[in-house]
Amino acid sequence: MSKQYETVIGLEVHVELATKTKIFCSCSTQFGGEPNTHTCPVCTGMPGSLPVLNKQVVEYAAAVGLATGCTITQYCKFDRKNYFYPDNPQNYQISQLYLPICRDGGIEIETENGKKTVGIHEIHMEEDAGKLIHDEWDDSSLVDYNRSGVPLIEIVSEPDMRSAEEVIAYLEKLRLIIQYLGASDCKLQEGSMRADVNLSVREVGAEAFGTRTEMKNLNSFRAIARAIEGEKNRQIDILEAGGQVVQETRRWDDNKECSYAMRSKEDAQDYRYFPEPDLVPVIISDQWLEEIRSRQPEFRDEKRARYKEEYGIPQYDIDIITSEKKLADLFEETIALGCRPKEVSNWLMVETMRLLKEQDMDAADIRFSPAHLAALIGLVEQGKINRTVAKEVFEVMFEQDVDPVSYVEEKGLSMVQDEGALRSTIEEIVKNNPQSVEDYRSGKKKAMGFLVGQTMKAMKGKADPALVNKILLEILG
Amino acid sequence: MAKNVITDEVIEYVGILAKLELSDEEKERAKEDMANMLDYIDMLGELDTSQVEPMSHVFPVSNVFREDTVENGDDREAMLANAPEQKDGCYKVPRTFD
Amino acid sequence: MENLMSLTATELGKKIKAGEVSVREAAEASLKAIEEREEKIRSFVTVADREAVLKRAGQVQKLLEDGSLTSPLAGVPVAIKDNMCTRGLRTTCSSRILENFVPPYTAEAVANLERAGAVIIGKANMDEFAMGSTTETSYFGVTKNPWNLEHVPGGSSGGSCAAVAAEECSYALGSDTGGSIRQPSSFCGVTGIKPTYGTVSRYGLIAYGSSLDQIGPVAKDVTDCAAILEVIASHDRKDSTSVAREDYRFTEALVDDVKGMKIGIPRDYFGEGLDPEVKAAVLKAAAVLEEKGAILEEFDLSLVEYAIPAYYVIASAEASSNLARFDGVKYGYRAEDAEGLHQMYKKTRSEGFGQEVKRRIMLGSFVLSSGYYDAYYLKALRTKALIKQAFDRAFEKYDLILGPAAPTTAPRLGESLKDPIKMYLGDIYTISVNLAGLPGISVPCGQDGKGLPIGFQLIGDCFQEKKLFRAAYAYEQTRKYERCPLAQKGALGDE
Repeated sequence: MSKQYETVIGLEVHVELATKTKIFCSCSTQFGGEPNTHTCPVCTGMPGSLPVLNKQVVEYAAAVGLATGCTITQYCKFDRKNYFYPDNPQNYQISQLYLPICRDGGIEIETENGKKTVGIHEIHMEEDAGKLIHDEWDDSSLVDYNRSGVPLIEIVSEPDMRSAEEVIAYLEKLRLIIQYLGASDCKLQEGSMRADVNLSVREVGAEAFGTRTEMKNLNSFRAIARAIEGEKNRQIDILEAGGQVVQETRRWDDNKECSYAMRSKEDAQDYRYFPEPDLVPVIISDQWLEEIRSRQPEFRDEKRARYKEEYGIPQYDIDIITSEKKLADLFEETIALGCRPKEVSNWLMVETMRLLKEQDMDAADIRFSPAHLAALIGLVEQGKINRTVAKEVFEVMFEQDVDPVSYVEEKGLSMVQDEGALRSTIEEIVKNNPQSVEDYRSGKKKAMGFLVGQTMKAMKGKADPALVNKILLEILG
Repeated sequence: MAKNVITDEVIEYVGILAKLELSDEEKERAKEDMANMLDYIDMLGELDTSQVEPMSHVFPVSNVFREDTVENGDDREAMLANAPEQKDGCYKVPRTFD
Repeated sequence: MENLMSLTATELGKKIKAGEVSVREAAEASLKAIEEREEKIRSFVTVADREAVLKRAGQVQKLLEDGSLTSPLAGVPVAIKDNMCTRGLRTTCSSRILENFVPPYTAEAVANLERAGAVIIGKANMDEFAMGSTTETSYFGVTKNPWNLEHVPGGSSGGSCAAVAAEECSYALGSDTGGSIRQPSSFCGVTGIKPTYGTVSRYGLIAYGSSLDQIGPVAKDVTDCAAILEVIASHDRKDSTSVAREDYRFTEALVDDVKGMKIGIPRDYFGEGLDPEVKAAVLKAAAVLEEKGAILEEFDLSLVEYAIPAYYVIASAEASSNLARFDGVKYGYRAEDAEGLHQMYKKTRSEGFGQEVKRRIMLGSFVLSSGYYDAYYLKALRTKALIKQAFDRAFEKYDLILGPAAPTTAPRLGESLKDPIKMYLGDIYTISVNLAGLPGISVPCGQDGKGLPIGFQLIGDCFQEKKLFRAAYAYEQTRKYERCPLAQKGALGDE
């Protein structure tokens, strides 16, 4: 490569809002129902049906705007975007072009190269499309409108990013802000957060932007990073060969690690936007805006500072716990039930993180309640169960959110408190393992561990290890 | 003769936007009709509208909302009843490529 | 036995309530009239199933008898324009593309009627998707004017108006986007009102031009219109453009008193293009109101001729988007043997829509397309703002505006569609009312030399329906309802 190139990236991020109902009708937004069981005349585009705006959508959109430093458009409107596709039952999408709800914001991101601000051009509200399922048997597609009309916000950044690292830092930051707001669970895999990447390259030092392409179908951070790398190289190759980049929409195929143009001659990309006549303007008064502002939660950066101050746990723990709203909530709620912060943090940092990773789960999907975690911690502190048993109980709790107190009782897992019974078990073990006893007495202290292990095994783990140690020492003299 | 001229390309393009396929005869007629209508509509150019805002709603009605409560149940059968083709609880269409 | 269909809706309703006539008798009289006259008039796309109608009549009778129905319209047979969804009853918009569409829900205006005990007798013919002024663009055949079968009934609510004039039903619902209630009412010698935008819910009305569409009553007289509007008007949460009005008691305005009422006569409504016989009849109606104490004054409304091009840009643009949903995927017609998705779309729509509909969809798509939006669409919206201002100025001075409903009486069949722009000019007195969202009523005021009815129009300021009703009612007291010859001569007639 003879010339040095710079990559210029802007993102269009679609986020599905966590409302109970769709944006323009009272159908449920619940994920995973049988096809078309969450549909009505409005979200299937029946003739004569009309949209009515879900107020919560406006509140969530404005809250995200406030959290990302945007100016809220206090007089905003909806427009129709016209294009034919079967996942779009009216063959137009209700969106916002002329007066989007938020404008001119930005968020600070941090990468290895330091801090920088990524500008947010606008945030607008719109409706999601249905789902197409391809039927290989008879060369047809099947349409499910359960997702049709699910509320989305589209967050359009300025072309301020220069690398995949910056893009991922930006997305992570957005995800956290939105999760903390409770406005969405932001799961890339399930599609509740989706990013389209606008990318162009230019020679280092050039002022004008190059021609950009838009890439769709990016459903993991890994796919995003690879698509950026792939598209950057594709554009540079074109320029190096003396060619010109064509402005187009491309679809990333993460299996083949390449993108291809989506445009067909039947697709004019002329959306004929005009003001939606079936909806009236949304006026967000100063008072309403203040109400939304006053409900804004404590965000991550504020939490990090406070945890350090209040709980005195290590910075590493703070960073992990605040990296997911769900973890931070669990942490705070369990402490509120009287547990020691470090103890709670340990359960979250070690066992919880391990199980999440093993089961490839999002923290948002954690099922156990703060009350049950607090109860489990209580059982350990009261000496009712030992740590080994506690871990086993935790695994069950992680799966089914059982009440640890009744579970321990039911399964007879509490520690044997009867010292006499324990002593006779240990005496039996000492008798049956003369070699180990000799080894110990001849100075091989490791043999002690073996005897403890045998005792725990005989007691099915329900013995207090400290007590076992004490009795053994007494017997072995 | 109409002042506006609608070319074959324009009619072709509008056909793509509107998903209409016209016969050659229909196309000729459509070109003429559209040119005549546009000539007629050009009359609006006589008006000075520089001092007025475009008016999409006549009344100053605003902030019409729904509360976020689920009211609709499963009405799939009724919604699908009119579908020209259906399969497995879905609307069936010729294969889409995306 | 008395011909029940010659009564007004409220007269029949009174008899039903008094127990002089059963709901079943009323329904049967309507079905019989339809059976007898439909072959000539063709007002209906779908006549409701006889058994279903009689079953419904029985239910309404019971509800009347146990006192749970009190509306003056309970038990009275009604025709619904075929662009309003009726659950379980085919709704076609007079288009091939909806030939077999049976809605899973009922339009709010119709539901309001049903709650009041109306018996739906059938779905009235119309211009396809309400695009037209003659009811000749219907896929299901042309409706004839009951006054003269060689002439059109007007449109697009031609079926509704013809059915009322031919006494096939007691009243009907129509819809009005640019004059589609008032013009055919005038052509058929019946009374029809387009209410203020937002007064009647549009939920379930298959949209043509969403910002202009409004449902309204078609009936034999002003009293009926007020009573019907009182039932169908409501603040509907399912329609975001529905307005919560302070006063829905329209029948209170039925008072024979126009003393001191100021009525403006726009000079621009009486110029070139107005048929002299129509002009004379309308001015005579004005003189009647003056005699009764109204104060008449001529004035210049201005901008009248610009309403038509602005309307065609706005209505076509909205229609191009509203009608995009008819694509062979979810309901309605789907073309056979199409190669792939886009061919299926194109074939379905090209075969499913008629000429006039395609013409407007293409115009609408064009004016919204990249590079033309500002020049056409925004220009039209600015013109609309100017037109609204002109009306605002007029209503600072006048209670009402009076003019013709249409420049001529009903044209002969087959004459209008040849020259679309000429046909569009026929809406010149009605269209600006829709652009400004105002209420307008058409009231019969005589006939031309050929015996075709003439109507005059009263236009009120927003939410001033009561003024319209008062003036129209006062005028009507001076004149007997004229039945069309066909209704008088039929086997059910009075002879």
